[in-house]
Amino acid sequence: MALDVELVKKDFPILDQLVHGHRIVYLDSASSSQKPAAVLDAMQQLYETTYANVHRGVYSIAEESTRLYEEARTKVAAFLGAASTREVIFTKNVTEAINLVAYSWGRSNLGPGDAVLLTEMEHHANLVPWLQLKAERGIELRYLGVDGDGQLILDDLEQLVAGVKLVGLTLVSNVLGTLNPVAEVARVAHAAGALVLVDGAQYTPHFTTRVAELGCDFYGFTAHKMLGPTGIGCLWARESLLEAMPIFLGGGEMIRDVRLDGFTANELPWKFEAGTPPIAEAVGLGAAIDYLLAVGMADVRAHEIELTRYAMESLHERHGDDIRIFGPPDAEKRGGVLSFAYKDIHPHDISQVLDEVGVCVRAGHHCAKPLMRRLGVGATARASLYLYNDEADVDALSSALTSADRLFS
Amino acid sequence: MPGLEDLYREIILDHYRNPRNRGELPTPPAVRVEGFNPLCGDEIVVFLDVADDRVQDLRIGGQGCSISQSSASMMSAAVKGKTVAEARATIRAFKSLMSIHEQRLDGADDDGAGAGAGGPSVPEPEVKLGDLEALQGVVRFPVRIKCATLSWNTLAQGLDEAQETSATPS
Ligand SMILES: Cc1ncc(COP(=O)(O)O)c(C=O)c1O
Repeated sequence: MALDVELVKKDFPILDQLVHGHRIVYLDSASSSQKPAAVLDAMQQLYETTYANVHRGVYSIAEESTRLYEEARTKVAAFLGAASTREVIFTKNVTEAINLVAYSWGRSNLGPGDAVLLTEMEHHANLVPWLQLKAERGIELRYLGVDGDGQLILDDLEQLVAGVKLVGLTLVSNVLGTLNPVAEVARVAHAAGALVLVDGAQYTPHFTTRVAELGCDFYGFTAHKMLGPTGIGCLWARESLLEAMPIFLGGGEMIRDVRLDGFTANELPWKFEAGTPPIAEAVGLGAAIDYLLAVGMADVRAHEIELTRYAMESLHERHGDDIRIFGPPDAEKRGGVLSFAYKDIHPHDISQVLDEVGVCVRAGHHCAKPLMRRLGVGATARASLYLYNDEADVDALSSALTSADRLFS
Repeated sequence: MPGLEDLYREIILDHYRNPRNRGELPTPPAVRVEGFNPLCGDEIVVFLDVADDRVQDLRIGGQGCSISQSSASMMSAAVKGKTVAEARATIRAFKSLMSIHEQRLDGADDDGAGAGAGGPSVPEPEVKLGDLEALQGVVRFPVRIKCATLSWNTLAQGLDEAQETSATPS
């Protein structure tokens, strides 16, 4: 393993904290990751030295602030393999990125009877905006199903995609960890004349992202899950597609000219960025990208595979049939998101008992209620792994499960 | 920081392992009400048989965590056989126990969800909560308060429905 977790852990100040006298074992990065000092410092440095609003002032700190904000966009463009910075729109998070597509592209391209194909494993962020269009416009929603191993059922893809205008799917499931064959789905979708929107929230933090190779038309991610701050995310789309789309939110920044009887929209990418943007957050995101690139995305992913494999094997070994881990069994074909059921102890109770020894796992429906119904559970406990986790973290989880068993059985 | 022993008292675990009054009642005469905790997907079903202004019988169904299940179990034991007015007073007293505000000047329901309790807000000094007091530790774990109050809000709704049903002459 090329990644030195001992060293990585030292970069994350929060991991030194104690909870109930125990070191924090943070296993909830799929919900939101922790932040390295480099990200915190970059934001602090901006505020302390060159902070001002962007694209407005001619004085030097305003110019520097603008330069740093736009430099972050350049870093994101390179990180995604985008053709230009004009394709990179900063949003509040991935939820807003998807809503931007639903409002701007959706409301100018979808009418009664037009179909959108989604999957049963989508996060609410990629369901509700389309359900809103269904309620508002009478669009038709179709869904790709999920099999017992947590894989998308693609047998009927060609029939389902016929006549569809947009296919929206997540690249990695935030519940099952499933890594979906997006490039394959995109080929079939494009052959049928549909555009493809990809939710990269759980993918970009762990993999090298190349939007062109994925073959998608819209791609969104959120910074807080990839070591960056909250309050910033991104929508990527090809320039021609973005050019053709009407504006989303209106206000300052997104205009070229405003008269009392009308306005002209700004050019890309600012056309879609109304109001003062998240400036320090963009700088923080840029620093997060630098950090990830310095570690190396190939090593981040290799570490994830290795630790996921260790977690699945060691949990099964210790707990046998008492633990049921949802999603694909092969670590190479999944992300490090491990949703599980343990005996018949409720996930809330599991999470509470784990907290007693500093182990942080999520309990609930993970904003994927339709998928929960499909799995036949109301909630699951979920441990998710990132570059600052190691085998000792997994072992702490495993031992804490034994304590939960003692308390409730 | 509060410890686990504040939350998982022995009496709570006992009600969780051996829930009282689980099951169903024929509807009618009983009413059936469901309560959901949208945050965690827990659901509670309360079957409530109210006649002569008294909770003649009730049964609890559904699934949830130890706190929601034990709270429902204790609730069933606490209100079974009580008059509707006594049951409502117990609901108010329990919700007030679950209030995160240390100082309460009135017995008002600040959760809103149990608004069915109705009437002027008066303190409930006479209500003895008994075993239910064991749930007080939940207040120190704010995210779990909704687990503890789920069945009580559902009961409040059931009492409203039962009274509406009996108010309409058949
Ligand atoms: C797959 C997926 N999509 C969308 C989201 C929403 O992210 P955000 O809340 O940052 O918009 C999440 C995370 O919560 C997610 O895991």
